Amino acid sequence: MNHEKKTPLIRLAKRDGMEGWKIWCIRCGAVLFALLLGALVMGLVGANPFTAYGAMVSGALGKKSAIRQTVKIAVPLLGCALAIAPCFKMRFWNIGAEGQITAGAIAASYFALFWADRLPAPVLLTVMGVAGAVGGGFWALIPAFFKARWNTNETLFTLMMNYIVIGVVQWLQGGPWEGRKGSQIIPQFDEAACLPRVFGIHCGWIIVLVLVVFMHIYMNYTKHGYEISVIGDSVNTARYAGMNVGWVMMRTMFLSGAISGIVGFIVASGANNTLYDGVAGGVGFTSITVAWLSQLNAFAMVGISVLLAVLSKGAETLQTRMAVPASISDIITGILLFCMLGCEFFIHYRLIFRKKKEARNG
Amino acid sequence: MENTVCAIELRGITKRFGEVVANDGIDLKLNWGEILSLLGENGSGKTTLMNMLSGIYFPDEGQIYVGGQPVSIRSPRDAFANGIGMIHQHYKLVDVFTAAENIVLGLEEPGRLDFRAAGERVRGICERYGFDIDPDQKIYDMSVSQKQTVEIVKVLYRGADILILDEPTAVLTPQETDKLFDVLQAMKADGKAIVIITHKLHEVMALSDKVAVLRKGKYIGTVNTAETTPQALTDMMVGHTVTLNIDRPRYEKPVKRLEIQNLTVLDGEGIKRLDGVSFTALGGEILGVAGIAGSGQKELLEAISGLCPVGEGEILYTPDGQEPSNLVGKTPMQIRKAGVAMAFVPEDRLGMGLVGSMGMTGNMMLRSWKKGKGVFVNRKDPNALAMQIWKDLEVVTPDTEFPVRRMSGGNVQKVLVGREIASAPSVLMTAYAVRGLDINTSYTIYNLLTEQKMKGVAVLYVGEDLDVLLELCDRILVLCGGRVSGVVDARKATKDQIGLLMTRLDGKEGRS
Repeated sequence: MNHEKKTPLIRLAKRDGMEGWKIWCIRCGAVLFALLLGALVMGLVGANPFTAYGAMVSGALGKKSAIRQTVKIAVPLLGCALAIAPCFKMRFWNIGAEGQITAGAIAASYFALFWADRLPAPVLLTVMGVAGAVGGGFWALIPAFFKARWNTNETLFTLMMNYIVIGVVQWLQGGPWEGRKGSQIIPQFDEAACLPRVFGIHCGWIIVLVLVVFMHIYMNYTKHGYEISVIGDSVNTARYAGMNVGWVMMRTMFLSGAISGIVGFIVASGANNTLYDGVAGGVGFTSITVAWLSQLNAFAMVGISVLLAVLSKGAETLQTRMAVPASISDIITGILLFCMLGCEFFIHYRLIFRKKKEARNG
Repeated sequence: MENTVCAIELRGITKRFGEVVANDGIDLKLNWGEILSLLGENGSGKTTLMNMLSGIYFPDEGQIYVGGQPVSIRSPRDAFANGIGMIHQHYKLVDVFTAAENIVLGLEEPGRLDFRAAGERVRGICERYGFDIDPDQKIYDMSVSQKQTVEIVKVLYRGADILILDEPTAVLTPQETDKLFDVLQAMKADGKAIVIITHKLHEVMALSDKVAVLRKGKYIGTVNTAETTPQALTDMMVGHTVTLNIDRPRYEKPVKRLEIQNLTVLDGEGIKRLDGVSFTALGGEILGVAGIAGSGQKELLEAISGLCPVGEGEILYTPDGQEPSNLVGKTPMQIRKAGVAMAFVPEDRLGMGLVGSMGMTGNMMLRSWKKGKGVFVNRKDPNALAMQIWKDLEVVTPDTEFPVRRMSGGNVQKVLVGREIASAPSVLMTAYAVRGLDINTSYTIYNLLTEQKMKGVAVLYVGEDLDVLLELCDRILVLCGGRVSGVVDARKATKDQIGLLMTRLDGKEGRS
């Protein structure tokens, strides 16, 4: 008879149509919660969380030179997140941005190394940018072609392509493009092949911000963007509407690879002034985090990439100043991702706890 | 348990989903040895209510009594423990297992699993109620009605005394339906309590003892079937009087619009889904397509609209005042531009034809996204069209940006059919256009189709309710196993005649 005790302790109820501001409150709450958990981790390794967070913020944003460093980290992250967003929107799991960056960097470096004395600087840089875009785009087109033609698995394909192109750079480093014999290093680019500085940072940040606006318009207001959303929702519906799914896939992947390639050009020409096998340096993977955390929204990506850059730059300061391992920033990024994705659950569902005395209306 | 008269009683059951109240203080009573029909329009809360009985949802308020005792049902397992079994619309069977294996699947009985004993028990249940299945037969060898029988036996095997059937006749031929009803009557005579959800009023009248009506989540009342009429039930369901007649005017001069010649379609595994199908569809005529589910209806429509490759044969399309042209080999885009529209409503409504995550406007754009020059999409015209359909077809949605995935099935269908009709086609194909729709909306759709017919459009109507096919269409094409088994005049044909054609393969079967 004592049936009421059998009511489940926690029940889930789907909730519909939460107001926009509430959703953002929950998301901000999730970020705060993640930072709180991060503080716990810092406490565990024996650092005072307040001074630690303080050191991170001041290390990343305290000085002009620090801000420049932080922006330098954020630029490729943002650019690459913009590149993979359309693929993810289409549910095409391109995890090959790493390789597409590298492919773009190789193409741009070719002109930097062998055409620097033949072209004026603005023309040379434009040619490098275009070459980077074509190189990255071509590298991305290969898995897309196989997917469209034979429905191969794009996740594995794009991943494997990364290792191939990084191998190519290693061969170039030790072979045809090697500077001093035996150095295993490609020589520094000519001054003309380096991106000019604006406010003390290479002008890649301007290119990336232009790309933010471009991608926002492309995804939301163009026919191409519409096709991408429809395919992401249902391939059958897309076919029904007369879309050529394979063609759209290849086109979108080319665009995605091209933007990654431009990022490769920016990193090689602006940040490193040379090409080496670590040109992508994991950006292709971290940007997946950026893209998801910002729900594929181009403007949100700006904020998220800056946040991750602050964490990563701050962690360096933390290591030098307080002897706390820099990998703490990876831990906090992980916690952040977990909390941000986890909070989506609370946006879509409501928990109902068993009431102590359930009112019975018979 | 059998000593109390009352098998199941619901008191004040309420279930909310966010802001939406799906069930609002429902009271319901069912005695042993009775069959209750649960009637209601779409979104009136029938399925939610039954899901609470079968342990899928838990009520927010109210109490369920089984055999007079208050119970709390938290999971399907609890439901079985209380003797409640539900037969869902979509069967949940493992294809490569035999009937008996499926029936014992998931049961936790002490000791070793004894298939022979289980098989015997299954046979016992079959004999008792007159089921016609072989426990050792694999599911993939079975017809739809046999699979349904397995589901019913599965529930009985678990000791259910209260059976809930969710639209059990949707996929059956008239003959199979009669057989099912015989079985249900036998179970009723055995003292079981049965709840059946259906949209077909004549089935309600033929089968049930009592009818409970829900409207917009509220309980309207229960009446004895013997004391009511279909018209009275409809009025209860809708809340106001509706006319249940389909107007079937004749179009003066039908013209040849679509001629299918010897059409053969193979699926990915090389199996013939359509085999030498030939027929003609006339402008100004509704051509019904009848057949058991999976007889090639889907492939026929997909082949005509260019979505599925054609093995052999020709599809000749004659636009007004032009020479016929062959549609085979053209892309879906070219076919649509020629004026062939498809309001294809597959089992999964959002699978093809609509984009679930977009609102009405985004879905209107599926038709027009390519129009206009430049790289930008035009959202203004689709939005105007969405507003118009929203108003004309009374789609229930907060605004035109509300994702269609979150609308109820009937509204989703209105969006789809509304869009296709708005494109002013000369051939309009619909498949299961009213599946799962309530009476009111169904009649809206029938009227829309008739309106199109009177404009000289060739309408292809793939349907499952033979009563409607006979009332709505001018001619009916019957498919059986991918072949045309007959074309009949809908004004003269009878249900039995079509039912026999649906199961007849080259005259080898049927004609019994």
